[in-house]
Amino acid sequence: MFVALRDLKNARGRFVLMSVVIILITFLVTFLSSLTAGLARESTSAVTDLPSDHLAFSMPSADDSPEFTASRVTADQWTGWEDVDGVESADPLGVATTRAESASTTAGVTALGVEPGSGLVPGGDVASGEVVLTPGAAADLDAEVGDAVTMGGSDLTVAAVVDADESFSHSPVVWTTLDDWQAIGARGATGESDGPVASVVALSSSGTDAFATADADLGTTTVTTSDARSAVPSFAGENLSLTTMQLFLLVISALVVGAFFTVWTISRSADIAVLKALGASTPYLLKDALGQAALVLTGGVAVGTGLTVPGAAVLPAAVPVSVSWSTTLVPAVALVVLGLVGAAVSVARITRVDPHAALAAH
Amino acid sequence: MDLHLEHVTLVYPDGESTLTAVDDVSLTVPAGTTTALLGPSGAGKSSLLAVAAGLTAPSWGQVRIGESVVFEPTTSVADATRVRRDRIGMVFQAPQLLGSLTALEQLELHAHLRGEKPASLRDRSLELLDAVGVVDHAAKRPAQLSGGQRQRIAIARALVGEPDVLLVDEPTSALDHERGVQVVELITGLARSTGAATVLVSHDSSTLASVDATVQMVDARLDSV
Ligand SMILES: Nc1ncnc2c1ncn2[C@@H]1O[C@H](COP(=O)(O)OP(=O)(O)OP(=O)(O)O)[C@@H](O)[C@H]1O
Ligand SMILES: [Mg+2]
Repeated sequence: MFVALRDLKNARGRFVLMSVVIILITFLVTFLSSLTAGLARESTSAVTDLPSDHLAFSMPSADDSPEFTASRVTADQWTGWEDVDGVESADPLGVATTRAESASTTAGVTALGVEPGSGLVPGGDVASGEVVLTPGAAADLDAEVGDAVTMGGSDLTVAAVVDADESFSHSPVVWTTLDDWQAIGARGATGESDGPVASVVALSSSGTDAFATADADLGTTTVTTSDARSAVPSFAGENLSLTTMQLFLLVISALVVGAFFTVWTISRSADIAVLKALGASTPYLLKDALGQAALVLTGGVAVGTGLTVPGAAVLPAAVPVSVSWSTTLVPAVALVVLGLVGAAVSVARITRVDPHAALAAH
Repeated sequence: MDLHLEHVTLVYPDGESTLTAVDDVSLTVPAGTTTALLGPSGAGKSSLLAVAAGLTAPSWGQVRIGESVVFEPTTSVADATRVRRDRIGMVFQAPQLLGSLTALEQLELHAHLRGEKPASLRDRSLELLDAVGVVDHAAKRPAQLSGGQRQRIAIARALVGEPDVLLVDEPTSALDHERGVQVVELITGLARSTGAATVLVSHDSSTLASVDATVQMVDARLDSV
């Protein structure tokens, strides 16, 4: 990069401008991707943090795709699942978004109804008449252990605040027993039986292929815990629109980089003709130009990615950004790769410069 | 080594028909000598130079340096480029220096094109800049130099690779008479001392006292004078 490095220095105004654009786009992309991850976590952590590997839904109609709010399972179904080969445990899980009242305030929470002893409450258990709060719910309700919390007409006592920051559809999670949960979340008694109902069955299995058969027998639809994220009402829409934005930004950045290097290559076509006339081969010139593009891109992307961490830190806590390697490094690599593709298409015009042009006077 | 142009013909496509810019030209330039190529505008001088430099493949005929045929109608662009890099030096009508390189780097670039360390050419580059009288400006970029100084750097650049052939297109067109004479003398002197077979295209025969031979080109053909 004998010439390219010196061009970088000589035309630093233009390259600084381009680098700033790359830095800003990178910041936007990594920030958006961290926000997507943070929002997804706010929507679905109650599901993804479950110790289970599969969830069985029972939808009003068997063709419906799984949905936490519409799914309702009966005791027959979860006891039926317990007997399926390879299923180690099948626990009913009630999911209901509701209003909770403490002495001082009210807040929207998601109540998860679990059977005592099921192990679905992280780091604890819940007993009848009690409620276990996440730190988020405790903060929203301004409640401590021993305080009373009213949900769906039932008065419950806060038994513990566990150290698990789980939420569902952007509301913090609280746990009650399945029996207490009936009052909060049961969508009326079941037609066939008056027994308790829940929303889904949480399954822990050891590699079984009996899901399809059991689903058919028991009238359920089973998906993996990770696929169950799309059954959270807020998740699919948010995730799709934010991911689409990121993809658009990646394409835009490739086009911007391509446009810059197209203009840059055209502006130096007289130099390229001279270099060719002096005996520079086309591969030599392409290497020079692409190396320069790679330098500008990686530099800009590195700074932009680096800015995401302090950028996320100064945001108010209400903005749920979750910065990790996968939300920064993955989009950063994508930006560099796509930018290089854009640059490669632009500098390819080097191959078409005729060295004969060097003979013409400027 | 001598430069031989043998029955060189160059035909450009010109709309429906064709235009013969160089018509069956044969010319030998002995090593270390300078042949001036004169002729009216449009006669085909630059076209002949382009073929001699391998910038354009001849339609017919061939170019030899010493015994080896370097350019013929079938020569590939990559091969022609390599010959140009290793055996030919060129001076263009405008100096055509690279804007971001210092005078010294314009010359050292040649080593980089060959895949060698630029610094390996430092001594020779400084020597040549000295020979053309601009060694004091070695660290300056073209924008900081006068037109005449740039022209001299361009001449030094053409010779830094120790070429067998030196091709010069109208080096005096932007200079006054006295400077023109000086530049032609500089080129012929360097051709002699480096042994390069040199072709110098010119409009202005009054500056050519120092050349070894003069040929005239009219309507794509050569007339010896
Ligand atoms: N790339 C090209 N394509 C088509 N025709 C060309 C091309 N280059 C030159 N010509 C034509 O070839 C003829 C010879 O042009 P050339 O540039 O060789 O003349 P010249 O003797 O160098 O003229 P001048 O003294 O004005 O520089 C002209 O008629 C010109 O129009
Ligand atoms: Mg000409």
